[in-house]
Amino acid sequence: MSILVLAEYHEGQLAAGTAHVVAAAQAIGGDIDILVAGDNVAGVAEAAARLDGVSRVRVADNAVYAHQLAEPTADLLVALADDYTHLLAAATTTGKNVLPRVAALKDVNQISEILAVDSPDTFKRPIYAGNAIATVRSEDSLKVITVRTTAFDAVGESGAAAIEAVDVVVDNALSTFVDETLAQNERPELGGARVVISGGRGMGNGENFKLLEGIADKLGAAIGASRAAVDAGFVPNDMQVGQTGKIVAPELYIAVGISGAIQHLAGMKDSRVIVAINKDDEAPIFQVADYGLVGDLFELLPELEQKL
Amino acid sequence: MKVLVAVKRVIDYNVKIRVKPDHTDVDLTNVKMAMNPFCEIAVEEAVRLKEKGVATEIVAVTVGPKTAQEQLRTALALGADRAIHVETDARVESLGVAKLLKGVVDEEQPDLVILGKQAIDTDNNQTGQMLAALTGMPQGTFASEVSIENGEVSVTREIDGGLQTVKLRLPAVVTSDLRLNEPRYAKLPDIMKAKKKPLETRTPETLGVSIAAPPTLLKVETPAERQGGVKVASVDELVDKLKNEAKVL
Ligand SMILES: Cc1cc2nc3c(=O)[nH]c(=O)nc-3n(C[C@H](O)[C@H](O)[C@H](O)COP(=O)(O)OP(=O)(O)OC[C@H]3O[C@@H](n4cnc5c(N)ncnc54)[C@H](O)[C@@H]3O)c2cc1C
Repeated sequence: MSILVLAEYHEGQLAAGTAHVVAAAQAIGGDIDILVAGDNVAGVAEAAARLDGVSRVRVADNAVYAHQLAEPTADLLVALADDYTHLLAAATTTGKNVLPRVAALKDVNQISEILAVDSPDTFKRPIYAGNAIATVRSEDSLKVITVRTTAFDAVGESGAAAIEAVDVVVDNALSTFVDETLAQNERPELGGARVVISGGRGMGNGENFKLLEGIADKLGAAIGASRAAVDAGFVPNDMQVGQTGKIVAPELYIAVGISGAIQHLAGMKDSRVIVAINKDDEAPIFQVADYGLVGDLFELLPELEQKL
Repeated sequence: MKVLVAVKRVIDYNVKIRVKPDHTDVDLTNVKMAMNPFCEIAVEEAVRLKEKGVATEIVAVTVGPKTAQEQLRTALALGADRAIHVETDARVESLGVAKLLKGVVDEEQPDLVILGKQAIDTDNNQTGQMLAALTGMPQGTFASEVSIENGEVSVTREIDGGLQTVKLRLPAVVTSDLRLNEPRYAKLPDIMKAKKKPLETRTPETLGVSIAAPPTLLKVETPAERQGGVKVASVDELVDKLKNEAKVL
């Protein structure tokens, strides 16, 4: 078997998720290559080459691959696909954008967001917002798969894979990049943080999210939110945790002013320890919380910050 | 400009699902079904484009069994002009649906196709991207803003790090994210009027499309239930438990 992993990066840094996708590739077994596609991505390729278990890093460095737009990136993967039995990417907005396009161009199914590898063709994946787990077998000769990164432990970084240039250059007359507004923040990435503290509609407004910041600072936590908090404009979309937002599985998840709708639970119920702070003692979030604290968040949060 | 909007019949998002005792699938008997929430957003966007005078005709399409016509009627009540039902009882997933939708795109030649970014049953998040691939169109996935100007569509996309804007040549595929708009509710007179709007039927055979077999579904299980824990009486007790019992601080 031979597996190609699409590397993901942000602002010139290899994304943490790629090391988790390589772990999924190891669970499948076989030779593992990484593809780094982008513009000026030598640094990303070097970081990818350090990931354990990787034989080769293939680098397509060309302006047409800038910003990992779906159309050229998919065409590039199609051009390389014949060397592989499996194509893998993280189930991030990049992986979800590109891989289905590749699969359709290769006339094969795509398997989304796998949680476990049963065998090289059989995988477990969540359906119905994670309320059921399906075991599916791919009958296709090429398996195109996105990986839920929180379900696989990252590989180490003591490797030294060969780096090779790929000279395939596709053209893209279909789409152009206009701009990007990326959230700037000093906190750990939501998907990889050891502690996550999230606020919901109960926070009342965006200003009140400051109440979470002091606690996040003390715990080295990432800050998340429910859809209701994002829809209401309290915080930006990249903070949404849930079925259609980010999936997190930290050591500690603290839900504040969040009722616990199934779509929210889908994004956090695999956390090791869950704490819920809510004034409604019947809120469904308490059914999944290891520790529930009933009360007004505006009183409890300052006290919690002080006592940590 | 003609807009094709695809909708899917799925379990209502409020329903708690049950897995069949024999673990072959989720039990959908006597369960409330509805239009996939992301598809509602897709329909709403098409209707708004028509209200702005950008779209001239909205065609709603679905793939599925006879009962899926209910969701087409909903789309018609919300403002679609006519509907196409690709009727099949087979288990079709994203690739199969994308191939059938391509059959409809070939017949209808829309300038823009809008789909929901994912269906809340399989949670695949694939069909729009696959349709774009099969038709050679560009794709603007996870859209939170769409505007049409000079033969192009500008799409602001919700990405993990924030927002990204791309310009796509028309015809193009757009998939809706949650914040693209807030869908309206169908009013009673519109529901009545929708009954008289044209609804045509196609089959995979009449479209000349052979359905791609989806991955084999071997087993469906309920995930390990999380056990609810305890309520603590104070912040002090919480901090103590987190330190000494859970050992996460
Ligand atoms: C297709 C679809 C996809 C979705 N995807 C997601 C998703 O990815 N993520 C997500 O989160 N949701 C998602 N949702 C939305 C979900 O169904 C809920 O509407 C949402 O999670 C509710 O957010 P909330 O808990 O913040 O708000 P609410 O349900 O309004 O809960 C607010 C809570 O705050 C508590 N509260 C209020 N004031 C205080 C106070 N002063 N002190 C303490 N507690 C207080 C209340 O008791 C209440 O429990 C999705 C919905 C659909 C239909």
